[in-house]
Amino acid sequence: MRNFLSDKVVSLEPSGIRKFFDIVSEMPDAISLGVGEPDFDTPWHVREEGIYSLQKGRTFYTSNSGLMPLREEICRYLKRRMHVEYHPERQVLVTVGGSEAIDLALRALLNPGDEVLIPQPSYVSYLPCTLLADGVPVVIELKEENQFKLTRQELLAAITPRTKVLVLPFPNNPTGAVMTREELLELTEVLQEKDIFVISDEIYSELAYNGTHTTIASLPGMWERTLLINGFSKSYAMTGWRLGYAAGPEFLIEQMTKIHQYAIMCAPTNSQYAAVEALRNGDRDIAEMREAYDQRRRYLLHRFRNMGLPCFEPHGAFYCFPNIQRFGMSSEEFASRFLQEEKVAVVPGTAFGRCGEGFIRVSYAYSLDNLREALDRMERFVKRLDAERAAEAGQTAQPGQAAKPEAGSC
Amino acid sequence: MREKILAVLEKNARMDQKELAALLGEPEDAVAAEIAAMEKEKIIGGYHTLIDWDKIGADKVTALIEVKVTPQRGMGFDSIAEQIYRYPEVQAVYLMSGAFDFTVILEGKTMREVAQFVADRLSPLEAVLSTATHFVLKKYKDHGTIMVQEVKAERMLVMP
Repeated sequence: MRNFLSDKVVSLEPSGIRKFFDIVSEMPDAISLGVGEPDFDTPWHVREEGIYSLQKGRTFYTSNSGLMPLREEICRYLKRRMHVEYHPERQVLVTVGGSEAIDLALRALLNPGDEVLIPQPSYVSYLPCTLLADGVPVVIELKEENQFKLTRQELLAAITPRTKVLVLPFPNNPTGAVMTREELLELTEVLQEKDIFVISDEIYSELAYNGTHTTIASLPGMWERTLLINGFSKSYAMTGWRLGYAAGPEFLIEQMTKIHQYAIMCAPTNSQYAAVEALRNGDRDIAEMREAYDQRRRYLLHRFRNMGLPCFEPHGAFYCFPNIQRFGMSSEEFASRFLQEEKVAVVPGTAFGRCGEGFIRVSYAYSLDNLREALDRMERFVKRLDAERAAEAGQTAQPGQAAKPEAGSC
Repeated sequence: MREKILAVLEKNARMDQKELAALLGEPEDAVAAEIAAMEKEKIIGGYHTLIDWDKIGADKVTALIEVKVTPQRGMGFDSIAEQIYRYPEVQAVYLMSGAFDFTVILEGKTMREVAQFVADRLSPLEAVLSTATHFVLKKYKDHGTIMVQEVKAERMLVMP
C-alpha cells in the first residue's frame, strides 16, 4: 500500500498541549488549572432556549450564513458593545466556534507564499491553519517587558513585501494581555501604510478587567481591513455549543461563506437559537461572570506575590502567565514535576509558541476552593524548588550565584 | 465596596477576611472595618449555616403557612407580625401582597408539632381570620443553593 497521506498534513506538528494532555489523563485525581474554558454552566435561560428549539422540532439546516435573527442580534451587539457597524445580510457569518472563522479567513485570504504575522505566545491554531492554507507564518515573539503586547517596532520589524495578514489575538490566551485603544492606534498607521489585513481574534472581548475592550475595527481606517472574530464560548460559557462568528467587509465574508457552505453547511441550529437568547438577555450573565473571574484574577496575583512568583498583571481572558525562569528549568519540566509531585496540571508556556519558554499558563476558570487548594500546592512546590536550588548552590560553593535559566528568546 | 463585600459573604459567610480582601483588591484592614461596621449597623444580621437535615436523618418538617388577618385599632400588621415572629419555632414571617397577608415559615420536629402550633398558638390570635398550612415535601434549592444535584466535573483536564 502506498502512503495515502498528505505531506503537508503529516509534517504539521501535533499541538504541544496534546502531549501534556496525555500525561495528565493518566492521573485522574489531579487538580487541573489547565483548562481553556469557563467553569460556569451556560446560563439556564440560554440552555432552556436551546432545549425549546429542539422541542419545537427546529432540527433543520439554517441558511449558510446563519439564522437571520441571530445575525441581526450579532450586529446589534457589536454596535452596542463595540461601536462597530455591520450589515447582517452581507457582513456577518455564523461559524462553528471562533476557530472555524480563523481557518476560513486564512484560507480565503492567502495565496501560496503570502506571509502571516502571528504574535506569540498565542492560541495554538493560527500557525497550523496558516500552513494548511499555504501561507508562510512569521512569528512575532512578544515580550514580558511589554506585558506581551504587540508594539509598533515589533510589527515594523516583521513586515516584508510579502506580508499580507496580521493575526491580532487580544485579549490574549495564554498571557491575559490586552491592548488598549491607544496601544492599538500605535499600530493602525503602519497597517494602513503597509496595506496589511487584520484578523482580530476577540473571543475574550467580554473578559477585560481594566476598562472595556476596544476592537481595532472601530479605529479610523481599519474597518475595511479588519475581520472581527468573536463567539459565544467564553462570554456566555458556551464552549460545547460550538458557535462563533466573523464580521467584516463583504469581499471577505462572501468568500469565507463559500468555503463554509461547502465544508460545513451551517453552524448547529439549536446552538444558533440559544445564541439569539444569549445576545438578547445575557448582558447580566456576562457581568456576573466577569466579576467572578476578576476576583479570582486578583486572588491569583495576590498568591503569586506572596510565594514570590513574578507575574505581570494580566487584564484580560482568564489566564495568568507567571515567570518561572528562576527555577532553572524549562516550562515543560516545571509543569511535569509540578504534576508528578503535587498533582496539579498547568500548561507549559511553550505550548503557545517557543517564546513561551520560561512561563506557565495558569487558568483561573475554576472555583475558588479549587484555586485555593491548587495554589497551596504550588506554594509548597515553589518553596521546595527554591530550597533545592539553595542546597545546590551551597554544594558547589558558589552562594548567591543562580544557574542561568533556560529562557526562551523572549 | 460594601455591596461587593456583601455579594461575596452572601454566598460564603466563612470567607477568610484576608482572602476576601485579595479577591476585592482592597486593603485587609479596610475590609475588616467595613464588615465590623455593617455588623454593628445590622446590615449583616447574622451568619447561618445551610444544612440538609435530611442527610443525617434528622426529624424535621418545614411548613409554609398562609395567614389572613384583620388589623384592628391600635394593632396594625407590624404588631400582629410581632405576636407571631416572637415564637422561636417560627423561622420567617413575611407580609404579602395578594390573597393573604402573612407567610409564616415554621420548623418543627413532626407534622403533629406544627399542627399543634397552628391550632394552639396561631389560630387563637384575635386578629387571625384563617390559616392554610402547606408542608414542604422536598427541598430542591434553598438560599440559592441547589440541594439535590451531584456536581461532577466533566471538563477535560487540559485544553488550549
